[in-house]
Amino acid sequence: MSLWLVMVVAGVLTFLIRLSFISLLAHGEMPALAQRALSFVPPAVMSAIVFPELLVRDSHLAMGPENHRLIAGVIAILIAWRFKKIMPTIVVGMAALWLLQFATE
Amino acid sequence: MNSARAQFLTGMKDASPLLIGAAPFGIIYGVIATGAGIPVLMAQAISLIVFAGSAQFIAAQLIGAGASGLVIVLTTFIVNLRHALYSASMAPHVKDLPSRWKWALSYLLTDEAYAVAITHYRDNVGEQNRHWYFLGAGLALWTTWQASTAAGIFLGTEIPREWSLDFTLALSFIALLVPVLRTRAELVAALVGGAVAVAAFGMPYKLGLILAAFCGIGAGMLAWRMGK
Repeated sequence: MSLWLVMVVAGVLTFLIRLSFISLLAHGEMPALAQRALSFVPPAVMSAIVFPELLVRDSHLAMGPENHRLIAGVIAILIAWRFKKIMPTIVVGMAALWLLQFATE
Repeated sequence: MNSARAQFLTGMKDASPLLIGAAPFGIIYGVIATGAGIPVLMAQAISLIVFAGSAQFIAAQLIGAGASGLVIVLTTFIVNLRHALYSASMAPHVKDLPSRWKWALSYLLTDEAYAVAITHYRDNVGEQNRHWYFLGAGLALWTTWQASTAAGIFLGTEIPREWSLDFTLALSFIALLVPVLRTRAELVAALVGGAVAVAAFGMPYKLGLILAAFCGIGAGMLAWRMGK
């Protein structure tokens, strides 16, 4: 199989996954219970992306103060909670990480 | 301010901070892809055709390692399965749109575009032209992904690891996550989802992420039932 064909198939499959439910639900309503369940997708998925980024370093659980990303992440969570804005969260989180890295060099 | 144009521009504006998180990954992908021996044109085309960060990273590594086409296709499929959840979550909001809109928005349905769009849909129930918001946010992210891929391919130099620019992705999602935690049940869903993702970190191909999502959803439902 040529690499081009492989990539086109991979791309079409990715597109079909994304289209799946959007296309299926053309008519009618989704059951209320299913809608309730889906309302938990954003918090469940986003924290599933965030937690390992903060807590896993070099494929190991790292919960001590030597884990700079955890500390910077907690600071970012406080900023996000207080200001509910993306930019300050990223800026302060990055600054915190750099400071911690610089301070322990 | 619900005109198509206003919604489109707001979508672009709201997605703009996320571009800081997406761009370093586009650059890193471009570097990895060409480093794996993928021709320049194809490396860029993959960003156009597949348009999915994590899947592209893994595909580039597999190509570099000489994996078979079938393995690459299957792996991409599994890594992107989580997008079915986004599709289901988005479906009720876009069900009355014409097919061409559904196709366009599905193509743009990445982690970041989903996170921005679903928050807007939930916070502005009944508002007109929200699909234009989704399109604006999606296109901003799409353009950044294509441009940063090109930058990675042509500059060909790694961003120094000690700059830790990959951390911007985690920070982006922290900024998106915290405001959606409005009820106790949503908080439970997030804590359980996060804990399971950490516990299942060793699982390959983002399967831990999918498992975590389902555990988080289940825990959220339980908490909601008990809190009623």
